Amino acid sequence: MALKRIMPCLLFDGRALVKTVRFRNPQYIGDPINAIKIYNEKEVDELVLLDINASRDPRPPQFDLIKECASECFMPFSYGGGVQSVEQFARLYKLGVEKVIVNTLCLKSPDTVREATRQYGATSVVGAVDYKRTFLRGQQVYSAAGGRTRRSVVDHCRYLADDLGVGEILLYSVDRDGTWTGYDLETIRMVGEAVSIPLIACGGAGNVAHLRQVLAETPANAAALGSMAVYQKQGMGVLINFPQRRLILGDD
Amino acid sequence: MIAIVDYDMGNVASVANMLKRIGGPPSVLTRDPEVLRRAERIILPGVGAFDKGMRNLSAFGLRAPLDEAALERRVPILGICLGMQLLTKSSEEGAEPGLGWIDATTRRFRFPADTGLKVPHMGWNYVVAKRPNPLINGADRKRFYFVHGYYVECTRPEDVLGTACYGADFVCAIGRENIYGVQFHPEKSHKFGMALLEGFVRA
Repeated sequence: MALKRIMPCLLFDGRALVKTVRFRNPQYIGDPINAIKIYNEKEVDELVLLDINASRDPRPPQFDLIKECASECFMPFSYGGGVQSVEQFARLYKLGVEKVIVNTLCLKSPDTVREATRQYGATSVVGAVDYKRTFLRGQQVYSAAGGRTRRSVVDHCRYLADDLGVGEILLYSVDRDGTWTGYDLETIRMVGEAVSIPLIACGGAGNVAHLRQVLAETPANAAALGSMAVYQKQGMGVLINFPQRRLILGDD
Repeated sequence: MIAIVDYDMGNVASVANMLKRIGGPPSVLTRDPEVLRRAERIILPGVGAFDKGMRNLSAFGLRAPLDEAALERRVPILGICLGMQLLTKSSEEGAEPGLGWIDATTRRFRFPADTGLKVPHMGWNYVVAKRPNPLINGADRKRFYFVHGYYVECTRPEDVLGTACYGADFVCAIGRENIYGVQFHPEKSHKFGMALLEGFVRA
C-alpha cells in the first residue's frame, strides 16, 4: 500500500541551506526557496527540511521561512528543528507542514511528543534518531542538542513508535552523513525489522545504486539523500539536483 | 479569474503557486464575497474540521455567493480535501450541514485493529478513473498525496470520478456537472497534480 519514496533531506543553519560531513563542517549551499523550486521540477516525492541549529541554540522554528517553504512545495513537506511545545506543532500544521519531525524533544520532553501524537495523529509526527558508533560503547543514539538515552538505537526507535506514538522514523547515521559511501544497511535492517511503522533511511547516499539497494534490500520505506541532492559530485560544486525515480524504482 | 477561497482552513498558498506554474488564467486567494461573485472558476481547498469549515464559510459571508456560483452561474468549482467533503450533505465528523451540492455524505474511516491500517490515511496512493472526466484522464498510472481521516460516500454512482484503495476502494474524486471534488492534494502531488489542475482550468 505505502509507495516507496525518495526525498531530499535539506539542512538549514538558521540563515541558509548547508551540508555537513558527519554532522560537522557545514558548507554553504544556498537559499531554501530556490532549492525547493528546483525540487518541484524534479518531482521529488517529499521534502525534508531540518533546522540543525534551532534546538542547539536553542531558538524556535523560523515560522515565516517555513510558511514560505510550504507555499512553494508541490510535494508533502516535513520540517524538524527546535520544536518544543504542542502549540508549535499546531502552528506548523497550520502553515502547511504535513509532518513535524522531532528528535531532541523525544529525549527532553517525551510527554510533549505523546500529547502531539495524540492530538494530531501518529502520521503527522516523525521521530528522528541520529546515531553514531562510539569507541567504547558501540552504536549509540546521538543528540547534538543535549538529552540522553541509555536505550540502544533499535530500542529507542521502538520506544518512539510504541511509547510516544510517532508514525514514522527518520533514521540518520552520523558516521555516513556526507560521506557518499552508501547507507548503513545493517542498522536500517535491524530497525526496520523491529518497528512496524514506516522508516526513512538517511546518511551515506552517494549514487543511484545506493538508493536502489536500501529500498530493495532493507525494510526502509523511504530513502533520504543530502549530498547527492545538493552537489554535482563528491568534492565538486553546489548543484541542486535529484535522481529520476524511474531509475531507482522503475515507476514514475 | 480563478478564486481560491481562503477561509482560514490552512495554508492554501501552494494551490495558487501551482496554478501560476501551469499558466492559464490568473488566480487570487480571497475571502471577499464580491470576488466570488465575479469568479469564472472557484477552488475550495482546506484542511481541518468539517464544522469549522462550514462555520468559517458562513462567518465570511461566502455561503450565498458560493451557492450562486455553483447552482445558478454554474461556474466550475473544485473542492480539495476538506473542500470536497464540504460539497456533501453532512459529515460524521460534525453536526453542521454541508453545502449539499453533491448527493453524498462524509464518513469516518474505520478499520479493525488487526488490519494495521491507520487513520488518517496519509501518503501517496494510486487513483483509478471510474469514467471519462476532465480531471483524471490519460493512460499513465497516476498517484496523488492523501491526508484524511474521512471519505465521501456517494448516493449516485455516476457522481464518482475516481477511487483509491485503502483497506477497500473508496471514492477520492467526484463530479456532477460543473462541481468537482478530490480527496487528495493535487497541490502536493507535483506533475500529477499539475495535470489535474490543468484539466480543471480547461473544464
